Amino acid sequence: MDLIQWATSPWGQSVPIHIAWFLIWVSVIAGLSFLIVHAIYLRYFAKPRQFVSDQSILDQIEIPARVARHSIAARAFHWIMAAAMLVLLFTAFLPKAGIQFDWVTYHWIAGVVLTASIIFHIFHASFWQDFRSIWPDRIDMKDAWHRTLALLGRPAPLPRKFAKYPLENKLYHGVIMIVGLAVVVSGVFMMFRIRTIFFTRNPYLLSDMTWGMIYVLHGLAGVGLIALVIVHIYFGVRPEKLPITRSMIFGWMSREFYLHEHDPARWTVTATRASDAPFASKSED
Amino acid sequence: MAVIHDVMPAFELLQPNSTDEAQSILARYGSDAWVLAGGLDSFDWLKDRIRKPRVVVDLSGVDELRGIRVNSDAVEIGAMTTLTEVAQHPVFREKYGVLAEAASMVASPQIRNQGTIGGNVSQDTRCWYYRAGWPCYRAGGNICYADTPEGRNREHAILGADRCVAVNPSDTAPALIVLDAKFVIRSQKGERVVDAEDYFIDPNIDITRLHVLQPGELLAAVRIPSTWAGARFYFEKIRDRNVWDFPLLNVASAMFVSNDRIDHTRIAVNAAAARPLRLKNVETAIRGMPPDAATGAMAGKLAVQGAVPLQFNAYKIPLMRNLVKRAIGGVEEATWT
Repeated sequence: MDLIQWATSPWGQSVPIHIAWFLIWVSVIAGLSFLIVHAIYLRYFAKPRQFVSDQSILDQIEIPARVARHSIAARAFHWIMAAAMLVLLFTAFLPKAGIQFDWVTYHWIAGVVLTASIIFHIFHASFWQDFRSIWPDRIDMKDAWHRTLALLGRPAPLPRKFAKYPLENKLYHGVIMIVGLAVVVSGVFMMFRIRTIFFTRNPYLLSDMTWGMIYVLHGLAGVGLIALVIVHIYFGVRPEKLPITRSMIFGWMSREFYLHEHDPARWTVTATRASDAPFASKSED
Repeated sequence: MAVIHDVMPAFELLQPNSTDEAQSILARYGSDAWVLAGGLDSFDWLKDRIRKPRVVVDLSGVDELRGIRVNSDAVEIGAMTTLTEVAQHPVFREKYGVLAEAASMVASPQIRNQGTIGGNVSQDTRCWYYRAGWPCYRAGGNICYADTPEGRNREHAILGADRCVAVNPSDTAPALIVLDAKFVIRSQKGERVVDAEDYFIDPNIDITRLHVLQPGELLAAVRIPSTWAGARFYFEKIRDRNVWDFPLLNVASAMFVSNDRIDHTRIAVNAAAARPLRLKNVETAIRGMPPDAATGAMAGKLAVQGAVPLQFNAYKIPLMRNLVKRAIGGVEEATWT
């Protein structure tokens, strides 16, 4: 069972041409399997989450009723990227599933939108947001170890509540960043193979072998995104995660949810008793 | 060009005697089956060892797929009817001359005696990069070797190209489109009928096929309604060798004229794109106009709008412009420009 399809170039060289398309279904099944197993685990086996309790900081700050979580720019990026990603996945893989339509034009336009939105996000997150908030820190790693020990029934200290983003969220971001960059960079090169308004078509830009690797990388990243998007949508609609999803729409989460999930010492929000204004956070992203 | 090996890869030869049996075989083997009609396209693929099907389904023994059946409102041509039969049948010569003319222009007499109407409309493209077995888009790869600065693309597409620039080589296809023919496709799931122009597909829909036939499906017949019977027809084919060649371009038109005005018309060209193109914008533009050289010239210019020549096929643009001009104004009226 080959994961990559190979062909013989006109010069007799064996070159990869793309991934084996059955990997589409592998990714779909992997994504669906994850959500089924996870849902069963949470429903029947998971123990209630426990965090170390530290009320002292609450005496020092005041939490607004609406805790700002995502700025309008961050939310716009998220939904534009999500729309572009769904268009990319459907236009890429529906024809492989037998639904034939004129997909190439929609695909590269959605790819351009995704690329532009990611470039915006990189600059926006680097210079206008709390860049470090999405990256795992030492406390995340230590708490992850404690949670693992507890899962295995071993004695361990209680973990702290999360900073702005839980570790799982940060890890997902890391994976989607790598896969997303792979699909975008390879996709930009592939635009040299078709006629667009951006580049002069040049199929000789790279060697057959390098082109083949580009197509394989694009394909692997693409099928990987199927499972990643399934998992992301699953978490987005889980009842206990809905406040987070709502915050990606409205920009804020409630004080109760914030205090239940997040550690004010690790994610500091502006304390202004007089203001219940929806956007009161030190780190808006 | 590919080397003809003459020794075909091993396959199982199945020779059904009925359409039902053929459908059953095709359903059983799906994409592992290769449908053999006249064999003129098939044997190239097989002898070149580019295609190595598990089974070859030879339809020559299925009598239901042969013959021309004339009734009051349509003529039905079995898909296995030879091109010679189509070209010589009285009903086509008298009422549907464009199809008789197109069929008589296919290749050589020997090939027309063997080649079938179903095979002619379902044959694969002649792009030599593709037929040589190179891993191009149409073969499932990721490049078009013809659409490169050095690619030999004299015969390739000027319209509708999307990554692949191969063209459809059928002569009868544009004639069937202007006659508003219906293609009868059968499989074990039942029968479906598609308009002639919808039988062919663009590379942006499916880059690996020229037509809508799926594995397990069989083109059983072509039905020609009486709509265009007795119309004023035109067919012209331009090829490198008049005794035997595929078209560089061909054009077919059907026209009803009243009071020296074009009442309604259909025009189609082939070998300009991956599918035969019905020129609907031209048909609309010339309605109500006299069928003369001026109208033809205007129609010719309209027909080639959007054409994108490759390195070596820019000649196809004036060629197509002039063929459309002649299809409307007639050869005597329209001079080459």
